[in-house]
Amino acid sequence: MTRFTFFKLVPEDICMASLNHTVVIIPAYNEELAIGVLIAAIQGVVGDFADIVVIDDGSNDSTADSARRAGAIVLSHPFNMGYGITIQTGYKYAYSKGYEYLVQIDGDGQHDPEYIPSLLEPVMNGAADLALGSRFLDAASYNPPLLRRAGMYFFGSLVSLLIGRPISDPTSGYQALNRSVLAFFTNDSFPCDYPDADVLLMLGLNGFSISEVPVRMYANVAGKSMHSGLKPLYYVFKMLLSMIVTLLRKRSPYTGAGRSGKHAD
Amino acid sequence: MLCLLVFVFTVDMVRKHKLREEYSVLWLVTSLLMFILVLKYDLLVAITNLIGAGLPTTTLFLCANLFLILIAMQFSFRISKHSNQIKNLVQENALLRLELEQLKKNTESTK
Repeated sequence: MTRFTFFKLVPEDICMASLNHTVVIIPAYNEELAIGVLIAAIQGVVGDFADIVVIDDGSNDSTADSARRAGAIVLSHPFNMGYGITIQTGYKYAYSKGYEYLVQIDGDGQHDPEYIPSLLEPVMNGAADLALGSRFLDAASYNPPLLRRAGMYFFGSLVSLLIGRPISDPTSGYQALNRSVLAFFTNDSFPCDYPDADVLLMLGLNGFSISEVPVRMYANVAGKSMHSGLKPLYYVFKMLLSMIVTLLRKRSPYTGAGRSGKHAD
Repeated sequence: MLCLLVFVFTVDMVRKHKLREEYSVLWLVTSLLMFILVLKYDLLVAITNLIGAGLPTTTLFLCANLFLILIAMQFSFRISKHSNQIKNLVQENALLRLELEQLKKNTESTK
């Protein structure tokens, strides 16, 4: 059982909780060059409406300082843990501070911040619990290498089939979600590597509604990626196993914004 | 002979706090089992015939093999648990660090 009670929102904390309902979280690893520019761009789009939180995954450069100077709140891991864990740290922070909506955007600048409002829209008006930014719905986006595309298409189709909703970009890290999804993600019973097809499967099976929004993504300029380093074969195996296990697991019935229209906490 | 040595060694290690009790179980059970099998040779032969192995030594090797599999499994479970604990610690560490920084800033500005 998780000892996460330390960060559960307690009545005295309400006054310490942020004034904003929305937070933008940015997982980053060694992005000292891109992060300042990215934060400024996001500030240009959201202004005072949302808080910006950078999660520095044990960078050994000045990512954390650059982010702080640009005006973001910075969470730092003592050492590198990987994308999935980094994003969950962001989720745990957001949940403990009482945020209602969360947008996640990659720290390397591949995701265009201009699309943040269009991602937030379906989540905020209750049409979906999770809005997934798909690069394939927008013609202007770059196309990833063939092998990766094949993998995405395969798992995307598989998930689409299993949850009954078409998913074109299952590995997109550009998403907006509401507090119910946050609660789901911070529970230790669902450890996973976000974002990915198996997470979408998990959400779909537990009654959350997912919606896709066209977004724009740029090719990786610097040449390094947080998502790389995993051998493709191992990835395929891991994904398949995870999805099979998810199908076998017990599902918790969920009544949330997407279904009943009422906001559950 | 070897079995006795392993058995005694294991107990001693637990006594010296160099080995946790949970890991020692498998070592003790296996070494005891092997010891009994060697002593009661007829028992070993009976088992050998039961499982269809050619020689009694094969049975002993199989036992050792099974033991290794089980102990490796035990380690895998433990490591998975540890990984999860480390993950949670790292996350709490990051959140605590931020709180600390904010507190420091607050106390400094109110000075």
